[in-house]
Amino acid sequence: MKLIDDYAPIVGEDVIHHIREISAPLRGLKVVHVNSTKIGGGVAEILDRIVPLMMELGIEARWEVIKGEEKFYECTKSFHNVLQGKYVPISDLLLRAYELTNQENAEALRSVLEEADMVFVHDPQPLPLLKWTPKRRGKWLWRCHIDLSHPYRPIWKYLREFATGYDASIFSLADFAQPLPHTQYLVPPSIDPLSDKNIELTPRDIRETQDQFDIDPDRPIILQVSRFDRFKDPIGVIRAFRLAKRFSPGLQLVLAGGGASDDPEGGIVLKEVREEANNDPDIRILVLPPDAHRSINALQRGANFIIQKSIKEGFGLTVTEGLWKAKPVIGGDTGGIRLQIIDHHTGFLVSTPEGAALRIRYLLRQPGKAQEMALKGKEFVRQNFLITRHLREYLSLMVALLHGDEDRVEFQM
Amino acid sequence: MNSTNGDSLPFLVRDCSLVAISTGKRAQNLRELRDHVLNIHEGSIYYHFWGGLLQPHFDDPQFNNDFANWSHYRLHDNILAERLAVIDPTDFDDLESLRRELVEILEQRLEELERPAWVPTDCQFHFVRSQIVVFDTGWRIEKPEHLPDLVGKMSVGSIFYHVIDARRRYPKGADDFQVWLRGFGGFERICEKLASIDPYFVTLVELRRKLSTILRMGFREALK
Repeated sequence: MKLIDDYAPIVGEDVIHHIREISAPLRGLKVVHVNSTKIGGGVAEILDRIVPLMMELGIEARWEVIKGEEKFYECTKSFHNVLQGKYVPISDLLLRAYELTNQENAEALRSVLEEADMVFVHDPQPLPLLKWTPKRRGKWLWRCHIDLSHPYRPIWKYLREFATGYDASIFSLADFAQPLPHTQYLVPPSIDPLSDKNIELTPRDIRETQDQFDIDPDRPIILQVSRFDRFKDPIGVIRAFRLAKRFSPGLQLVLAGGGASDDPEGGIVLKEVREEANNDPDIRILVLPPDAHRSINALQRGANFIIQKSIKEGFGLTVTEGLWKAKPVIGGDTGGIRLQIIDHHTGFLVSTPEGAALRIRYLLRQPGKAQEMALKGKEFVRQNFLITRHLREYLSLMVALLHGDEDRVEFQM
Repeated sequence: MNSTNGDSLPFLVRDCSLVAISTGKRAQNLRELRDHVLNIHEGSIYYHFWGGLLQPHFDDPQFNNDFANWSHYRLHDNILAERLAVIDPTDFDDLESLRRELVEILEQRLEELERPAWVPTDCQFHFVRSQIVVFDTGWRIEKPEHLPDLVGKMSVGSIFYHVIDARRRYPKGADDFQVWLRGFGGFERICEKLASIDPYFVTLVELRRKLSTILRMGFREALK
C-alpha cells in the first residue's frame, strides 16, 4: 500500500483519484525542492511529506537542503523578521555571507539544479541560487511561505532583485504577495492529518499528557499554542481568561509555546506572561521543545476550545490544527485566521480580550452550538486545508507552468 | 473545447483544477473596487463568482460571491452586499455582461453615498484570477443510459468542468451532459430538467447528487 492511499479514508477515494489524474502529465519530471533545514519548522514538515508523495506519483522529486555558517543563519533569521515588518539592522557583512553561502551551495548542487525540469526554492534563504545557476534549463519557482504584506522596504528591494529572475512565485494568500514581474500563484498552506501533530490519539494518550502537565481533565480547558510573541497577544488571552473565569470558576487556561533560547524578545514576553499569570494555579504556561508534536496534539485534543488571539498573524496553522481536532476556535480578526474562522460557523473572530471572554462564556454555556461549530470546522479543514489539497494545487500549477500562461490549459492523455 | 458532443460520439470524462493567481490589483474603497472591475482581467470576474467552488472556501457562506462578502464583512455596507449577492452569474450570456451588471450596481451605490467607506489596509479586496487545467481522465461511455452511474462516480473537478465551465463554452444554460444527450435525440425531457438546475447556490457535491438523481429518474422513465 502506498503512502498516498493512507489519505483516502480521510479525504475520500475521489480526491486521491483526482490527484493521480493531475499528476499523470508530470510523470518522469525532475523536480527539486530546496530549503534551508531538514528538521523543524512548517516548511520542513510539509516537504517531509510532499516530496515522498510526489515520488509515489511518478515524479522524480528530491529535496535538497542548503548549508551555511552562523553568519548566514543570522542574516536569514533577520530577513524573516524584517520581511514581516519588524526592523532589525542587517550589516553588509551578513549580506555578503548570505550571497557567498548561496554561491557555494549553487556550486555544490550544480548538476542537480541544472538538470531539473522544475525547481521549488522555499523562502528567502536559498533565493539567490538562481543567480548562480546560469545554465539552468527548467522552470524555477520561488515559494514564499512568509507574510510579505508589509516588508521593511530596503531589504525587500535587495531580495526582490534575486526574485525577479524566477519564472513564477507562490504566496500563501493574496494579502502576502508583492508585485513581481512574473505569475504569482496563490496556494494556502496545509496540515498533514497523519503527522504526529495531527494524528488521532487515544483518550489514554490525551490523559497522560494532561497528567504530565498537571491539567485537570474534569474541568473546562482553553488552550493557546503559539510562540511567546506580542503579536500572539498572550497577555490578552490571560485577561480574557480572567474575565470568563468570573462566570466559570472551574476554567483552566493552558498557554503552550516553543522554547525562547534563540529569541531574546521571546524571553522577555515569556517573563511578562509569567508576571501577568502571577502564579495562578489555573494557568499553565508550558515551554515545550520544538519536537513536542504529540504533546501539542494531545493538549489540543484535550481542550474544550482553542484560542488564537493574535493581533497580527500569517496564516495561523494552529487554528487549522484546532479546527481539525473538532474544536471551536476563538481567533483574532486578522490575517489568515479570517480565512479559516467563519464567524459564528467554525468559531468566533474577536478583536479584544473582552470579545474573547464573551465567546468563551458563550461556548461554555452552549455545548450544542459548540459541537455544531466543531463539526463544521473539521469538515471545512478536510475540504480545504489538508496536505492533499496542497499537493493537488502544486501539481496543477506545475502542469499550468509547463504549458504556458494561458487561462486554459487542456491536457490530452 | 470539449470534444463531447452528439452524433453518437462517446462521452469523454474530463477533470479540472483551478490555479489561483494574484493580479496584484487591490481595492480599499468602493470607488477603487469599481475602477478595477471596469478593467480587470475577465478571468478575475469569473474567479470571484465561481472560483469558490473549487478553491478553499466555506460551503455555507452568507453571500455567494466575493464582492458581496467584502461589501458586507469589510465595507459594512449591507445595502450594497444584498444588491451584489442577488446577481446570479448564470443569468448572463458572458462575462462582459456580468461585468457590466456589476459596474452598474457599484456605480449606483457610489451615487447614493456621500462618502464611500474605506477599509483598513489588511482588509482590502484582492483581485484574483484563475487558470483552469483540464485533463482527460480516460473514462468514456458510449451509451446514454450509462450516464447516471458515471456522474455519481465523477470527481467534483469533473462536475465543475462539465457543468460550470461548460457554461463558458456553450450558449446560456447548456452543459456537456445536455449537449451530448441532445445528439442522440429522445432525451429532451431529461435535458430540460438538467437545464433547470441552479448550480450557483449548491456545492459541487450537492450538484453531483442532483444531477445523478435527475439522470437516474429520467432514464428510468425514458426506458419504460
